[in-house]
Amino acid sequence: MVEVKGIKKSFGGTEVLKGVDIKVEQGDVVAILGPSGSGKTTLLRCMNFLERAQAGQLVFDGQAYDLHKVTKKEIAAIRRKTAFVFQNYNLFLNKTALQNVTEGLVIARKMPKDQARQTAEQALEKVGLSDRMDYYPSQLSGGQQQRVAIARALAAQPEIIYFDEPTSALDPELTGEVLAVMRQLAEEGMTMLVVTHEMGFARNVSSQVVFMEDGLVVESAPSKEFFQSPRSQRTQEFLRLVGQE
Amino acid sequence: MTERLWEILSDSFTKILVPGLTMTLPLTAIAFFFAMVLAVFMALAQFAGVPVLKQLSRFHIWVFRGTPLLLQLYLVFYGLPGLGVIIDPFPAAVLVFSLNEGAYCAEIVRAALEAVPAGQLEAGYCVGMSYLQTMRRIVLPQAMRTAFPSLANSLIAMMKDTSLASTITVTEMLMSTQRIIARTYEPLALYMEAGIIYLLFSTVLTKLQKLGEKRLSVYTAKESMIILPKRRPQAKWWK
Repeated sequence: MVEVKGIKKSFGGTEVLKGVDIKVEQGDVVAILGPSGSGKTTLLRCMNFLERAQAGQLVFDGQAYDLHKVTKKEIAAIRRKTAFVFQNYNLFLNKTALQNVTEGLVIARKMPKDQARQTAEQALEKVGLSDRMDYYPSQLSGGQQQRVAIARALAAQPEIIYFDEPTSALDPELTGEVLAVMRQLAEEGMTMLVVTHEMGFARNVSSQVVFMEDGLVVESAPSKEFFQSPRSQRTQEFLRLVGQE
Repeated sequence: MTERLWEILSDSFTKILVPGLTMTLPLTAIAFFFAMVLAVFMALAQFAGVPVLKQLSRFHIWVFRGTPLLLQLYLVFYGLPGLGVIIDPFPAAVLVFSLNEGAYCAEIVRAALEAVPAGQLEAGYCVGMSYLQTMRRIVLPQAMRTAFPSLANSLIAMMKDTSLASTITVTEMLMSTQRIIARTYEPLALYMEAGIIYLLFSTVLTKLQKLGEKRLSVYTAKESMIILPKRRPQAKWWK
């Protein structure tokens, strides 16, 4: 469904992505693992055009786009089919939980207000926040904020949701509530591409694992295979260090 | 205090207050309105890096912050007639105060725009909103909340600075006071009286600022925790 080929990105003189290929099929939950600085987040941001790659191709629903030369119009069209969940939530600070979800629907997608409200209420209910709809982000815990962000992503009915380290800013308990929501989505067949450090999630929820280091994909395999019989020595070492051997 | 002085003071109170209400405050309000329009426009032009407009804004700010306000008033009122441009005192004052105040407020708004986390704009993009939509609905409202106290501060400062308009024959409060002094030779008492009226005006503006800040701060962390909205009844969701 979504495929990236030969993506390259540098910041200044530092090459962060050195030609990465990645493929996500419909219904897949792909976890991208790897040490800090390996380019995972940059890859995700390039895929949603928050950064412009220097080279590479994006195939979305069978349509190919040049990641460097992609036009504003094409970006808008692709973004309509995707959603993004940030590490630090990035909820609209001047909007309530409900407004955070309806904002994109009403303003960008021109959905009638009543319908947007209904959609938003459903999405918030799904993440267990129907009692906090009128709360501002500053009145919510980190875990609740991230669940609002997931509701915001869901409400747009995207074909794929990108998660950029969605639990890295949360304590273990709050991490648990966010992962529970993500697991539920995975079970319902949502296509997800997740940059994460949560080994439990990668092992038990994701269907595919991509291991990156130093701007390159080291290993890419179905998650069972990845954890049970890693091929490369670097992956074995990584799994040993994080205690997942 | 002599009876004569009391008489002068009570007699002149309305004679100073009325020009305050009919000149000082309208001049302040009108000029500040145009200043805000200009400031938001120039701040956005700079924030978005619009070519030409950005340079024009920088140039405007450079000139109006870098020269004395009094000189700007003289230049427009006494200088421009040399080019055949004659402007009445009040419009001339409105023009100069708008341009001058606009320059200062533009910097306040620009700084506030830059203080909005970059993630707000990115989140807007990711829910499909355009740059302009996100700026208008998310970034600018947050920036204006940040800028509000500083802008109110500038407004109060400008209200007092309108006394300079007396030098281009606008009969505002200071000019009216001076006219009474010329008649009565009581500068100490009358300048103090004028000062008290200015103080009255700025006190009202300060109160308004407090009120405005409170209304705008519903979503900021410090205030928002005080009154939490009522929680809605919730169905069980956790597995």
